[in-house]
Amino acid sequence: MTGSQPGLADDPGSPPILEIRDLAVTFAGRIGLLSGLLGRAGSEARAVDGVNLEVRRGEVLALAGESGCGKTTIARTVLGLIKPKRGQILFEGKPLGRNLQAYRRRVQMVFQDPTGSLNPRQTIYEIVAEGLRIHRIHRGPAGESEEQLVARALSRSGLRPPERFFMLYPHELSGGQRQRVVIAGALVLEPELIVADEPVSSLDASVRGEILSLLLKLRDEMQISILIVTHDLGLAWTVADRVAVMYLGRIVETGAAEEVLLRPLHPYTRALLDVVPEPGGIDRPFLTGEPPDPTNVPTGCRFHPRCPRIADQTAASLGVEGRCLGEDLGLVELRPGHLAACHVATLDPDAATGGGAPSVEAAGPEASRS
Amino acid sequence: MSVLSLRDLRVTYRTSSGDVPAVRGVDLDIPKGQVLGLAGESGCGKSTIAAAILRLLPRRTSVEGQVLLNGEDVLAMPPRKLRAVRWAGASIIFQGAMHALNPVKRVGDQIAEAVETHGLSRDREAHVRAGDLLEEVGLPLRRSNDYPHELSGGQRQRVMIAMALACGPDLVIADEPTTALDVMVQAQVLALLKRLQREFGLAMLFITHDLSVLGEVSDRLAVMYAGKIVEEGPAQSVFLDPQHPYTRALAAAFPAIGDRRFRKHPSGLGGDPPDPQRIPPGCPFHPRCPDAFEACPSTVPWLFEAGADRRAACLLVEGALAEATEGAK
Repeated sequence: MTGSQPGLADDPGSPPILEIRDLAVTFAGRIGLLSGLLGRAGSEARAVDGVNLEVRRGEVLALAGESGCGKTTIARTVLGLIKPKRGQILFEGKPLGRNLQAYRRRVQMVFQDPTGSLNPRQTIYEIVAEGLRIHRIHRGPAGESEEQLVARALSRSGLRPPERFFMLYPHELSGGQRQRVVIAGALVLEPELIVADEPVSSLDASVRGEILSLLLKLRDEMQISILIVTHDLGLAWTVADRVAVMYLGRIVETGAAEEVLLRPLHPYTRALLDVVPEPGGIDRPFLTGEPPDPTNVPTGCRFHPRCPRIADQTAASLGVEGRCLGEDLGLVELRPGHLAACHVATLDPDAATGGGAPSVEAAGPEASRS
Repeated sequence: MSVLSLRDLRVTYRTSSGDVPAVRGVDLDIPKGQVLGLAGESGCGKSTIAAAILRLLPRRTSVEGQVLLNGEDVLAMPPRKLRAVRWAGASIIFQGAMHALNPVKRVGDQIAEAVETHGLSRDREAHVRAGDLLEEVGLPLRRSNDYPHELSGGQRQRVMIAMALACGPDLVIADEPTTALDVMVQAQVLALLKRLQREFGLAMLFITHDLSVLGEVSDRLAVMYAGKIVEEGPAQSVFLDPQHPYTRALAAAFPAIGDRRFRKHPSGLGGDPPDPQRIPPGCPFHPRCPDAFEACPSTVPWLFEAGADRRAACLLVEGALAEATEGAK
C-alpha cells in the first residue's frame, strides 16, 4: 500500500521481526530526602503504559511523539537496556531470554548524538571493530578478515574509501560523517533490526537527507528492518512505511504512514500535524499547556485534558464526553490497518480530527496506489 | 529608515591556528515591524552576525563594516553608549535559556534588574513591570518567584522573551529561540514571538537552520553559506521557490507532509559545510552543488537579480553568467 517495497513491508503474511506485547515500564519518582527517611514512596512515572507494537520484516516504522511520551524508553527496552515492569518483547516470535548477547548482535542501536556515542580516544577503525571483538567474531561469513569487515561496513555507510578513515579520530570528522561511523559500527554485525533514536536531529539540515537515504538504502539492499524514534512527523513522511503515534506512554494511533499522516483519526495526531511549520501557517492551532506528566496520568482517555474535541464540545454533542473522561480505551481498527484510541473517532472518524480534511492539499492517498 | 542595517559586515576570528573569516561581507536591512529570517547551517556565520550586532564578540575579533541601529553605527559607539543600546535598543533571545539565565536568581528579579540597570524605573516599579511582562508572555505572576530550574524549557524561553522586551527595544534578535524545544512548545513560543512582534511593531532578526520555521514567521528571508548571503527575498517565495541550489537543499530537509516529491525520497547534499579557513575558490558552494558547471569553480558569484524583489548568488540565475563574465573583463 505504501509503494516502493512490494513483498517486504507490504506482505501481511510475513511474521513481524519484533513484537512488543503489553509493555509497561515505570521509573521510581523523584523523592525528597525527608519523605525518603519517613519511608514515603515517590510517585511512579508510568513511562510506557501498555504498549503493543510490531515491526515487520524489512519495514521502516516511525514511532513519533513529544518528549516524555515514552518513545525513547521503548527503544531502550527493546535493546534490553531497561527492564520492563510488565509485558514481553519477542524477536522473530521468541521472547527475549536472559542471554541477550546473541540478540544484541542482531539488533543494533543508533543514537541521536553521534559525538556522544563515539569514544573520542578510539580510532574509527577501533570503533567499528569493537562490536566484532565484543562478539568474538574473527572472520566474516565468507571468511573475511576483521579489516575487510570493517572496510565493508564503512563503505556501506558511505565513508569511501574506507581505508582513509581507519586511523582518524572522531573529532577529525564532520557531524554527518560521525553519524555514518555510528551506523557503520551497527552494520558491521550485519544486524536484522536497527533501532534509531532521533538519528538526524543533531545534524545539519543539508546532511540529514543523506543519512536518511542511507538508512533507506540499507533497508532496500540488506533487508534491515528499522524502528525510527522521532518527534518529527515530516521525517516520518520522508522515510516511514508505517507510523505509530505515542502519547503519555501509550500508542494512540497507528497505521500506514500515508493513512496516519494524511487522514489522521486521533485528535492528538491532528495536533502534531498542525504544528509542523509551513509558510503562512503561523496562525494555526496548537495545544496549550506543558507536555503531559507521566507521574500523573489522567483517568479516562489520557489525552482528554488537552483534547480540542472536548474543548470545542464535539465530544459532548456526540454524547461521548463522559466516556472520554472516565473510560480508558485501547486501539480500535477504524479503517483497514488503521487503528486509533479515541472515543470520538470510534463514533465519527471525521469529527475526531476536526472535519477530517487533510491539511495538506497534495494528491490524496489514492495517488500512491498505482 | 531601517531599524537595522548591516553594511559590508566582515567578522574574522583570530585564533591560534590563524584567522577564521566567519562573516565575509554581509548587507542586510530590517525595517520597523518586519521579521527577517536568517537561515544557514552551523558554522555559516549566522550567530556571529547576531553577536556582532551587539558587539558581544571576543575582544580580539576583527569586525569591519557598519552595524547601523536606527542610523547609528554600533561598531563606533563609545562603551557607555553601547551599554545603553544593549537591551534598550536591541536585545537577544538565545537558544539555551538555561544557560542564558542566572541560575541562582529568581526570574522576576532578573527581569527587574534589566529594567533597573537602564534607569527606566526604580525597584518596586521594575518588579511591577517584570510581573506585567511575565503575564504578557503567558506566565502567571507567581512564577516570578521561581528559579530557572523550577521552570520547563518552554517557560524558561518565555522568561527570556520577557527579558528581551523589558526595556522596550526596537530590534529583537532571536538566535535559534526554539531549537531545543519540543514540537508543541515550539509552536507555542513561535506564536508568542509573532504576536509580540506584531503588537509592539518590533523589527526582528530570526536566526535558525530550520527553513520551514522561517517560512512561517518571517517577512523576508536571507540564506547564508560560508559567511555570505546566497539568497534573499520575500520569505514565502524563497521557501516555496528557491533560486539557489543551497536554499533548495535546505528547504528539502524540512518537507511538507503530503509533498509527494519527498515521500520515501529524502533529499540532502553530499559533503559537509565548508571549513571557514578553507573556503573553496569560485562559488564556495560548488563542491556540493548538484547543478555546478564549468564556470562555478572559477567565478565568484554575487547577488544577482532573481525575479521580483529577489536576489540569488548563483550563476544559474537567468542572465547571471553573462553579467559575471562582463564584470570580469
